[in-house]
Amino acid sequence: MGAVTLMRTPAETALAQAFEAAKGKLPGDRDARVKAFNDFIEVGLPHRRVEAFKYTDLRAAFREAAPFAPRPTPEQARTAAAGAKGFGETGALVVTLVDGHVVTEGSELADLPEGVEITTITEAHGVGHTLLDHLSPVPLARENPVYQLNSAFMTDGVVIRIAATIAVERPIHLRFVTTGAFATATRTLVVVEEAASVILLESHEGPDGAAAQLNDVVEFVVGDRAKVCHVRLNAEGSEAVALSTVTARLGEAVSFDSLNVVWGAALSRHQVYLAFAGERSLARINGATMVKGRQHADSTLVVDHGALHCTSRELFKTVIDGEGTGVFQGKIIVQPHAQKTDGRMMSASLLLSEGGTMNNKPELEIFADDVQCAHGATSGQLDEDLLFYIMARGIPKAEAESLLVQAFLGEAIEGVECEAARDALIAGVESWLKAR
Amino acid sequence: MLQINNLVVQIEDKRILNGLDLTVNDGEMAAIMGPNGSGKSTLSYVIAGKEDYEVLDGEILLDGQNLLEMDPDARAAAGVFLAFQYPLEIPGVATMTFLKAALNAQRRARGEAELTTPDFIKRVNNAAGQLEMPKDMLKRALNVGFSGGEKKRMEILQMALLEPNFCVLDETDSGLDIDALRIVSAGVNALRAKNRSFLVITHYQRLLSHIVPDTVHVMAGGKIVRSGGKELAHELEANGYADYRQPTAAE
Repeated sequence: MGAVTLMRTPAETALAQAFEAAKGKLPGDRDARVKAFNDFIEVGLPHRRVEAFKYTDLRAAFREAAPFAPRPTPEQARTAAAGAKGFGETGALVVTLVDGHVVTEGSELADLPEGVEITTITEAHGVGHTLLDHLSPVPLARENPVYQLNSAFMTDGVVIRIAATIAVERPIHLRFVTTGAFATATRTLVVVEEAASVILLESHEGPDGAAAQLNDVVEFVVGDRAKVCHVRLNAEGSEAVALSTVTARLGEAVSFDSLNVVWGAALSRHQVYLAFAGERSLARINGATMVKGRQHADSTLVVDHGALHCTSRELFKTVIDGEGTGVFQGKIIVQPHAQKTDGRMMSASLLLSEGGTMNNKPELEIFADDVQCAHGATSGQLDEDLLFYIMARGIPKAEAESLLVQAFLGEAIEGVECEAARDALIAGVESWLKAR
Repeated sequence: MLQINNLVVQIEDKRILNGLDLTVNDGEMAAIMGPNGSGKSTLSYVIAGKEDYEVLDGEILLDGQNLLEMDPDARAAAGVFLAFQYPLEIPGVATMTFLKAALNAQRRARGEAELTTPDFIKRVNNAAGQLEMPKDMLKRALNVGFSGGEKKRMEILQMALLEPNFCVLDETDSGLDIDALRIVSAGVNALRAKNRSFLVITHYQRLLSHIVPDTVHVMAGGKIVRSGGKELAHELEANGYADYRQPTAAE
């Protein structure tokens, strides 16, 4: 490994130093952290010659490593929580994380509804909580360098348990707020037991101009017949580099929806690793991404069909303006025993300018013979004939374009079960369009 | 109302309209008939403002305003309405959202207050009732999954709501069965008014027995070659267009 060490970039060197300094203080299983970091540093920050990062070069994006943020003071936490927009008024049960630390200010951690347990990952590590056995439920993700970095550094995060048969009425909203050019590594674990149901909202926001380096992982372990609706919003500041991973392991007859909406960050990469471990489950993974200027947004997903009769639907919509870049990489794996799999994956992009770029890489790896799998990718511009039709009814061009873009993205957003969150997302799309 | 003088239009170097002159007076129901390729649909698109066409000469005046200097939305706000031969499907845009956006955009452009939602819904329901449109059509995305006849009815519904003063109907009869033709024609006839004119483009006399024109113009080779009263339509139906066919770039 000597030669590799010599070739470390300044950011990698800084990360190695930061890890050395922090590893004794970070909570939890130190050996697991050391292993994750060694796995990461052995290869280093992935660059464009690494196939999975061909379109998103993290070595180039990380010129330096930002320092991890100290725990905010109560005053700082209060100010940050008060300024957060999130999804507006949703009536959700809110947990706020400021610069990667769970804060009590702006969080509802006491008097939780029946069957809902929420603790911080730091506390859970402290008491050796048995729920932590569920961490890292999808082995495939452990090979991913972004995930490895998170496993090495995870400073804080939330552990949520929804007890069997409990249908949580209020959505649970994890509100991530960044206040400056800090690094964060948060880990959230959501264990939804048999026949329980929950809506989990996540919003991520930070100040424009601050080169924050964010790495958050949310892991779902979903019991038989449970139902999960997950909505994530990336409204990070203009200079942020935002890396995120969702892993999910689904039991039998589960319904799992996950939507990621992106309009923030200079560079973002959202990864989904989903594993079907029980029969007859349904997963819908959607994305709605808007980039402009020189923004870069990557959606990468791996759907692993490891059980009979499961259905997966992926729909990713990307709108690109200015010199923005969109990336979609989707892989459906069907294991030899996963007969009757029904998998469909679609990426559609709309280029509003001459200078935009969209990269699509769909892949199917099918080892079973009785399956239905399909993928498709389209890229195009707004339809001139449609624009004319709308304008001929008196609607000005900008408004006509907005109607068409909203309709395009709407297909990925309309399934969101929390009406308030859906309305907030639609309003966000409208403001994005007005500002472009 | 509408006056077209010496209109010369081409598309991709192909001349379609060759010095067309046409006048439609206030309250007039004018019909344009003619063989395929005579430039009828081009005329409707140029009046509404489609960009694909290059206007080389001439003017189109609506109450003295030159439409050719205006964007399609401004023309609509000034009172022009084109009922499309092939209405477009707009997936993801709810019909009601679209109708309200159109109505309010025109009202804004004219300096009028936007409609309240109850007022808007009342107007839509009235118009839909007249056109015998099932309610669930209004709940779908605009024209998505509509039959040909339903799309044409939706065009007339839009016309009724937007209350234009110059309506162009481009082969509104195509794709309609006899019942739909009756309903659509009744919808059009109900909108006839002394300050509203129509230009009805059709191949067939059939439509004109339901919507009786004041004037009939024959178009061939990119211009109006003959004008007359409603009896001209019967003559064309009997004799065909043979007399008017001539080799043009459009054909």
